[in-house]
Amino acid sequence: MELICPAGNLPSLKAAVDNGANAVYMGFRDDTNARHFAGLNFDDKRAQQGIRYAHDHGAKVFVAINTYPQPSGWSRWQSSVDHAADLGVDALILADIGLMEYACKRWPNIRLHLSVQGSATSAEAINFYYQNFGIQRVVLPRVLSLKQVKQVVEKSPVPVEVFGFGSLCVMVEGRCILSSYVTGKSPNTFGACSPANAVSWSETPNGLETRLNNILIDRHSNDESAGYPTLCKGRFNVSGNTFYAIEEPTSLNTLELLPELQSLGVAAIKIEGRQRSPAYVTQVTKVWRAAIDACAQSPDNFQVQTNWLAELEKVSEGSQTTLGAYHRPWQ
Amino acid sequence: MKILPKLSLGPILTYWTRDQVFSFYESIAQTPIDIVYLGETVCSKRRLIHSNDWLQLAKMLTQNGKVVILSTLTLLEANSEIGSLQKICDVSEYMIEANDIAAVQMMSGNKPFVTGPAVNIYNSNTLSVLARAGLKRWTLPVELSRETLTILHQNRPEGVETEVFVFGRLPLAYSARCFTARANNLPKDDCQFRCLDYPDGLMLKTREEESFLILNGIQTQSAKTHNLIREVDDLINLGINVLRISPQSKHTEVIIDIFHNHLNGKITKNEATSMLQQYIMTDECDGYWHARAGMDMPIIDKQQDCSL
Repeated sequence: MELICPAGNLPSLKAAVDNGANAVYMGFRDDTNARHFAGLNFDDKRAQQGIRYAHDHGAKVFVAINTYPQPSGWSRWQSSVDHAADLGVDALILADIGLMEYACKRWPNIRLHLSVQGSATSAEAINFYYQNFGIQRVVLPRVLSLKQVKQVVEKSPVPVEVFGFGSLCVMVEGRCILSSYVTGKSPNTFGACSPANAVSWSETPNGLETRLNNILIDRHSNDESAGYPTLCKGRFNVSGNTFYAIEEPTSLNTLELLPELQSLGVAAIKIEGRQRSPAYVTQVTKVWRAAIDACAQSPDNFQVQTNWLAELEKVSEGSQTTLGAYHRPWQ
Repeated sequence: MKILPKLSLGPILTYWTRDQVFSFYESIAQTPIDIVYLGETVCSKRRLIHSNDWLQLAKMLTQNGKVVILSTLTLLEANSEIGSLQKICDVSEYMIEANDIAAVQMMSGNKPFVTGPAVNIYNSNTLSVLARAGLKRWTLPVELSRETLTILHQNRPEGVETEVFVFGRLPLAYSARCFTARANNLPKDDCQFRCLDYPDGLMLKTREEESFLILNGIQTQSAKTHNLIREVDDLINLGINVLRISPQSKHTEVIIDIFHNHLNGKITKNEATSMLQQYIMTDECDGYWHARAGMDMPIIDKQQDCSL
């Protein structure tokens, strides 16, 4: 299995490559990718440097252009595709059908991957993109159980990449607009969920309150650590009970599932976190490289090492991890 | 003279008993609705209405002059769900509403289809690709604005119609997790069909008691009702073909009548707007239409209010 690691900037890209990533994925500095955050991503010069560094060290570079262009912004998305192709990247990660058609016609030789934002959860959906645009890989949304991943892998016309670690989307990617309902900006339209410009923090007599466009997402007492107010990870009131009604602030970690993912034929494991620091990328890449190698060598004897978990825990959101939808009881 | 848009009734998004569903559509048959979407689009475990029941309802509505479209599941996970989807797509008498690309793929080149709001059509290129596959009508994804709608509609491929979601709680997200079961401390695999307890979904409030979202099994909706009654004249002028009303457990027939009467000039915009108020669940919003946050409330035009 390949290890695909996040590169939010040049230091992260180098960290991923140096620590054993088979490929890194990156985006340009605008709303054409789903990590459209201030100070993140690559301008032309950095992109060239990054691609050269990765290629010199035997790693591939994928470029994510995985948001949904509207007519007013179409030319920006089209330019991003052209730019990535000119740079000589190894694959484009796209979600939008219209953009896929453009890329496929304009750059018939470029390798296309269907982004997780494309929201394909079945072999039938994958076939649509395969037959129409010749995609060569699909990234599965984080909504399938292990059994369901197996069924997709068996019938998919192309190799399958799944998320192994990182921040967890509870909703099927590409079809969640909670963020734009509250802020006007969503991953699909803007490339960010719960965008920072809509966030406010305030100390109140009731505790530290985190708000998104004035909607109270959570309230933290002094002994609680307050996380970023991603709107699906707040505490809300349902039928008189206040709890994490949608999801706890937690990270996905599938280390223990590695032998199963390998045996059912998953082609690549993706690590989430282009918005995270180079230290995160170093730590996570190192652990996952070791784990994937150990699993490849001897899947029957594979055991999750305690030091791996300790390293990953240091960088997990909310310091908790979950198997997410892969594990039926989570659902 | 402009051709007036038709009115459609979207699929029932929440879970009702068989009796509720049958009596609902019996009364819908008597309304001036033109198009009715039938079928389960949220959760494959909701099986009180069998496929034969849906076909029976389809027949009854057709006999009453309605055009019936069979709606399909939005988030497909299990193999059994793909099988059920294929069966619906194979029914030859009715057009199909695809809510996932898997359904589009099944219909491609075989049979014309309609797309619902969860199929991501954000630009004209996408619309063209789907038109080649057999798309006959598309529904604007609810987060898109009037500006985007206008361009996509004006440049739409020949023979493709445009539908806009104009009234109802907005479908916002789908998950593997069942939030209704979670709120009841039940595992999804033993949910005890608690959705039946909430015919309009389960309210989620913020910690300061603001009504925020609706939990509807694996779907999350807005607590507020998206209401474009004030934009009907604009929708007519744009030449939009179909306006979609989303069912609620009460007063859907009255809501249909109000839209119908306003479309046909029997009541003014202000009359229609004020008549609708008592049937709106929680509050109203229309931010998406104006390229703002979806939850934003309509900006009331003071001058027009005086003319009431």
